[in-house]
Amino acid sequence: MRARRADRDSAGRGRGRLKAARLGPRDVLHVGSAGLRSRPMRVVLSALGIAIGIATMISVVGISASSQAQLLRELDKLGTNLLVASPGDSMFAGQDVELPEDAVGMVGRIKGVQEVGATADLDTTARRNEKIDKDDTGGIVVKATTGDLLRVLRGEVHSGSWLNNATGRYPSVVLGHVSAERLGITAPGRQVWIGNRYFTVVGILAPLPLAPEIERSALVGWEGAKRLLGFEGHPTSVYERSADAAVQDVRKVMAATVDPQNPQNVKVTDPSAALQAKAATEGAFSSMLLGLGGIALLVGGVGVANTMIISVLERRYEIGLRRSLGATRGQIRIQFVTESLMLSGLGGLAGVALGAAATGVYAYSGGLPWVVPPWAVGGGFGATLVIGTIAGLYPAVRASRLSPTLALHAA
Amino acid sequence: MSTVVGLRAVTKEYPGPVAALRGVDLTVEEGELLGIVGPSGSGKSTLLHIIGTLDRPTAGSVHIAGHDVAALSDRRLSALRAQHVGFVFQAFHLVPGVSARDNVAEGLLYSGLSRAVRRRRAAEALERVGLADRLDHKPHQLSGGQKQRVAIARAVVGEPALLLADEPTGALDSASGEAVMKLLRDLNREGATIAVITHDTEIARDLPREVRIRDGQVVADVRNPSADVRDTSTGMRDPSTDVRDGSGNGRSPATTGADQ
Repeated sequence: MRARRADRDSAGRGRGRLKAARLGPRDVLHVGSAGLRSRPMRVVLSALGIAIGIATMISVVGISASSQAQLLRELDKLGTNLLVASPGDSMFAGQDVELPEDAVGMVGRIKGVQEVGATADLDTTARRNEKIDKDDTGGIVVKATTGDLLRVLRGEVHSGSWLNNATGRYPSVVLGHVSAERLGITAPGRQVWIGNRYFTVVGILAPLPLAPEIERSALVGWEGAKRLLGFEGHPTSVYERSADAAVQDVRKVMAATVDPQNPQNVKVTDPSAALQAKAATEGAFSSMLLGLGGIALLVGGVGVANTMIISVLERRYEIGLRRSLGATRGQIRIQFVTESLMLSGLGGLAGVALGAAATGVYAYSGGLPWVVPPWAVGGGFGATLVIGTIAGLYPAVRASRLSPTLALHAA
Repeated sequence: MSTVVGLRAVTKEYPGPVAALRGVDLTVEEGELLGIVGPSGSGKSTLLHIIGTLDRPTAGSVHIAGHDVAALSDRRLSALRAQHVGFVFQAFHLVPGVSARDNVAEGLLYSGLSRAVRRRRAAEALERVGLADRLDHKPHQLSGGQKQRVAIARAVVGEPALLLADEPTGALDSASGEAVMKLLRDLNREGATIAVITHDTEIARDLPREVRIRDGQVVADVRNPSADVRDTSTGMRDPSTDVRDGSGNGRSPATTGADQ
């Protein structure tokens, strides 16, 4: 008996004072989870609504973030220091403009330029054989190319090899991956009809995201084109790479360097700008899908509120018992708000996991990096906690206002 | 000797107006064991609510363990219940799926004691009611009488100034009921102040003091010498019998001379 009194005093409860004791965090969690533990099936079903809402939002954000990350990664690999000079529109209508023959050499002498390559469109077609109609080009453009082009574009050969000094002089051709597909050629060694003779395919290129025009062309060596196809040596596109810091300076002087007499005839473009714009669009997730997720979340919240109201009705005796054991109204409110928070928090956790998994499946099947932005996870989970509090507030207030005499009525 | 329960001219009216209690005076001293007995509708449940501070009277004053209930906020009233009042219910109200020990420890949840102390004292309380070997049993593994013992352990674990038992044997067979009443008498002998609310006159007759309620008024306040199991040498009260006629205005002190 004395020991018990000592417990009492150590807890600061003198006989004379009446002060409601605080529930520790662990006790709050304990009483808050009691209702959930006794009805696991109901917990699963009412948390499911929240989970679906959060999963939708997380996967919408995650999938766009993954697509964007993929493009940015590609950009990173390809670099943003590539510029292309090509003939612009002439001031005089109908007059074709062309770049000077020595444009490649001139660009190579600009300060900061590291690599230069060029292509020239040839006025001829590439066909499977001579019997196919001349007009049936399949959209394939025959280009003469300098040997440096592939390195400038950070391109790779898918099969076979790139043109070298020897093959570049003879009737050999390298196909972009789109043109190879259109010509039905899957491996080097086959022949295609260009101009008025057969050329041997020595290589097929891998996709080139920075230069889609090359993907659709048949590339012939610069010297070979002059010798075999009547090429005059005027480049159509000059590609250059410079140091990252020098890109702006190079851009300023490029037109004047390529064609000092008519710089207005030269158009300078930055192919990575298009990719960057695409990345920005991919990052802007569909607000409609996000809105759908929000609605699902709201419906989930209503479900939680409903479950909580039923829980309060069912547990009138427990509430009365707790009041008779000395629980204050505030402690009853805390109990039910905690229960609601746990219910929706569980749904939120499941939703984050589901959404991340859905993003993972999408990313894996599309070969994209798996990105789930932390702000989306934090925001989604925060939203469930807000919803849990709001959904639990009304039932909790109702519970706290129940008469404590309820416990005394026989169940 | 301190007064545990002091009711003065307590009236409780429900909207209607229906008077459940009409000017009840009742004093319970520390160490008493009394029965509050009356047929259903007599107002004894309302009296129980008011003594247990679960409800407030429409008029009159209520003092429990020296505190004026009317002056207390909900928080302080809850603290009063947590510290000074223990309840035993007819329907036990044990939490299903939770061990006897944790059910009893729940009785100290709102007392501010640490979990370890609560569990230790729960084990002690179960020992006191003779269930030391049932600490880890769940309610469904216990008989009705054992459940009520667990509920009694939960009510006394906080050493309340007053133990209120509402029809404690109502849901039990007669053998278990007798065992529960014997337990209450034993606890009383150890010092607990206990009020048993019942409609069963037989149970009330076996208690040292019997307060009869009818139509919201105390009609009799009887000392039963034969049932006074206390050691009389403690001088707690005279084994005298005092029957009052409660048909008057009901405002006369309903307690015996021993209380003065």
